[in-house]
Amino acid sequence: MLRLTTGRVGSLLARRAIAAVTTSSTRMASKEVSESVDMSQPMYWDRVDIPLPDKPYKDVLTDADKSLKQKEKGPWGQLTKEEKIALYRLTFCKTYPEMKQQTAEWKTVIGGIFFFLGFTGIVIWWQSVYVYPPRPRTFDDEWKSQQLKRMLDMKINPIQGISAKWDYEKGMEQTRNDPGCRDAGASVDASFGFALSN
Amino acid sequence: MSLPKPMMRGLLAKRLRFHLPIAFTLALTAAIAFKYTVTEPKKQAYADFYKQYDAVKEFNAMREAGIFESVQPTGK
Repeated sequence: MLRLTTGRVGSLLARRAIAAVTTSSTRMASKEVSESVDMSQPMYWDRVDIPLPDKPYKDVLTDADKSLKQKEKGPWGQLTKEEKIALYRLTFCKTYPEMKQQTAEWKTVIGGIFFFLGFTGIVIWWQSVYVYPPRPRTFDDEWKSQQLKRMLDMKINPIQGISAKWDYEKGMEQTRNDPGCRDAGASVDASFGFALSN
Repeated sequence: MSLPKPMMRGLLAKRLRFHLPIAFTLALTAAIAFKYTVTEPKKQAYADFYKQYDAVKEFNAMREAGIFESVQPTGK
């Protein structure tokens, strides 16, 4: 499934590249698989927000089509249902319901998202192995607990902060009976973040 | 069919007449709420703390904990 997704993404990119490269009709010398479109002429589009494109779908009409077009110039009540549908199909390629049909494009999109997320994960893993410096010693548990002890000894933030929440008799964090208490965590890390912010 | 001519002028003024009092009221309410939920309790907490604060006792406690460089704990 992964290979199929990358193939689809690759083909989308290739098509966009080809469309960007092929320009006006003056370059007709190079015979490519898809003939270059003359973008200076009015073009036909199937778009939901452009109900009347710049030109009708079929330019070159067969004789049957031409006679039908002649008949269209008369009163329309005389046209049969099939003729009306044929006239519509001359002017338009797809009907609105056909245009609005759901495609399976979302699968490609989601697949592409996951693929690039995975690639990013590989890059990050490689960075953590080959790029990052050694972990600072200030992140060790022993260092952090000594740091907390020193903060409490110095009575950091004694009024509303960390030293106010600490129970000096029992040597542990106070039980939370104060509803206005903003510090929710009992861990060392939460105490640090809260103390620094207050 | 003749429709009545729509309002061409004074649209901003009309909007301001409606929204400006509301905006001012809400801003004032927010300020008053902040004052009485945050600043007053904080002032009270500080006042209560310093009512029972003995600086010398706190200093001695810190000295015993050994955080100072100018004075050593009384044991040494």
